[in-house]
Amino acid sequence: MRKIKVRKKILIANEEYAAKNRSFLKDRQIPCLNVISSPGSGKTTLLAKTIGMLKGKLYIGVIEGDIQTDIDAKRIRKAGAPAHQIETDGACHLSAAQISYAFHKLPIDRLDLLFIENVGNLVCPSTFDLGETDKIAVLSVPEGDDKPAKYPMIFARAAAVLINKIDILHATNFRIKKVKADISKLNKKTKIFLVSAKTGEGMKQWCDWLLKLAANKRTKTAKKTRSR
Amino acid sequence: MHEASIAQALIETISAEAKKQKGKPVAAKISCGAFSGVNNESLCFAFEAISEGTVCKNMKLAIEQKPIQAKCKKNGHIYAFDLHKPKCPKCKCEDFDLLPDEPLLLEEITFEDK
Repeated sequence: MRKIKVRKKILIANEEYAAKNRSFLKDRQIPCLNVISSPGSGKTTLLAKTIGMLKGKLYIGVIEGDIQTDIDAKRIRKAGAPAHQIETDGACHLSAAQISYAFHKLPIDRLDLLFIENVGNLVCPSTFDLGETDKIAVLSVPEGDDKPAKYPMIFARAAAVLINKIDILHATNFRIKKVKADISKLNKKTKIFLVSAKTGEGMKQWCDWLLKLAANKRTKTAKKTRSR
Repeated sequence: MHEASIAQALIETISAEAKKQKGKPVAAKISCGAFSGVNNESLCFAFEAISEGTVCKNMKLAIEQKPIQAKCKKNGHIYAFDLHKPKCPKCKCEDFDLLPDEPLLLEEITFEDK
């Protein structure tokens, strides 16, 4: 028997695509958020509401990932944003190669902000880098306040966590304080937003955060252009 | 369930290495950080299913799970992190930074003797 040390990253092929995506987005100064949650947390409703609230301020594009159907892309288009649907045909996450292809299905050069709505799943999508600027986690109140403890991977990696459906908080025993404490143990830098995409509660703070994210990038480009 | 994608990538990497080494791989060692969310049984199952018809058929996988590590901000002690008891075992404080998760790594391959 011969043993050979390899020490190679197993997901290197995906990481290479992700690095290309990252530099593609960086060249165009487009912040890209990879939105990850369980199925039914309200990701699409949240994005549709966000698109409506930022109409005229940010031109937003969306890449939708689902196991099947283009229901979500249709909902996003109805909200007024260009969307491309990826049907993974059974796969539980999006891969970076799928995103490279999807860029060209959108008016990418005109976008101020790109969302990737990943396949509804709290585990698998967080392992696959897509080349995004940041990961965003969505947790809805009816899912329960134990999710950050049970599925730490996404909460540890998210730049922001949206706690959605807070309009039904009174009907549940969801403890905001516990969730916040658990998330901050995993990730001290993450920003937590309490929102209801349905009623609009808390959505302004989230939209302001997005405006700032897009503005930072825009100002940097403007400065670079000026200094040339 | 993402173990299927991981198994596929693993088979591609091992097959390329086997071609270089001109040998039949019989076993491989893998390590992964806890936040990769890899289930050992699922990965072995996916690997067995996908390796059918490839040079990786009948290989044995050994998977080492690496815990998330935390570093105590008071005394610098590095310890395996437990969300339910996030305390430094030395000074019992809860002031820590999480260290980056280990990547999914193919550590070593064992080849049959020629």
